[in-house]
Amino acid sequence: MQLISCPWCGPREEVEFSYGGQAAVAYPEHPAALTDEQWARFVFFRDNPKGPFAERWVHAAGCRRWFTAVRDTRTHRFVSPSEVTS
Amino acid sequence: MADLPVPTLPWAHPLESRRARLEDVSAVRQELSAPVAAVDLRLDPAGAGPAAVAAVVGGPLPERPDTWTALPAGLALRLGPDEWLLTSSRARPEDWEFGVDEAALAHGGSAVDVSAQRTSLRLRGQRARDLLASCCALDLRPASFPRGRCAQTLLGQSAVLLVAHDTDDLQLFVRTSFAGYVADLLVDAAHDF
Ligand SMILES: [Zn+2]
Repeated sequence: MQLISCPWCGPREEVEFSYGGQAAVAYPEHPAALTDEQWARFVFFRDNPKGPFAERWVHAAGCRRWFTAVRDTRTHRFVSPSEVTS
Repeated sequence: MADLPVPTLPWAHPLESRRARLEDVSAVRQELSAPVAAVDLRLDPAGAGPAAVAAVVGGPLPERPDTWTALPAGLALRLGPDEWLLTSSRARPEDWEFGVDEAALAHGGSAVDVSAQRTSLRLRGQRARDLLASCCALDLRPASFPRGRCAQTLLGQSAVLLVAHDTDDLQLFVRTSFAGYVADLLVDAAHDF
């Protein structure tokens, strides 16, 4: 099974983690000013690159911390050291 | 109206009904640990907070990830960057929470009584690590999980907190509602020993 490196706990089994989707999706500054389509784009639309992808992960069965990691979607390999962010 | 005595339930370990089955396992001695007062402490590790709490609980808080330090009557376990679990077998839970919370509050932290959250099993014997390793993916060999280490991880399908007291002496904290599952899992796994 794949090991994922938690920035706090170190390498742990993949099953201890949950996926949180694309990282750095900014909340709209003026949500009320958006059209329905713009709001739907914020809520539902995500990048789907073939290659490195910055993602949110949570170490659910360990330290319960969220972190951002870059994973290559072609190989499932984590390509950068992950960072703890709150 | 006459004063009637207030009925109180005697405390029983959540695994009391499985005590005999656990004691039947000869390869690894599995003891039901007595209940302890426990608080979950959230606190900025960078400031003066940890030292202030240390003065109240009577021992230093662990600095490195996944390690524990001994307190006069309990353990201080590092659960996360800004989170510790502090136990005491002597203090009353409400006093333990109040004392730690008061110290933490002055530094922007907080402590919450979680005494009823987890129950505990102590595993002793040369095969204790083998038994845990049979349902856990962590490297539990003494060299990588020596005395002083702890870890939150999965045992089977249940989240547990493992504590290394010595080479052949480990403790397992588990959510009370998962304790029965974990005990059954260990008894079952011990058939292979
Ligand atoms: Zn972790």
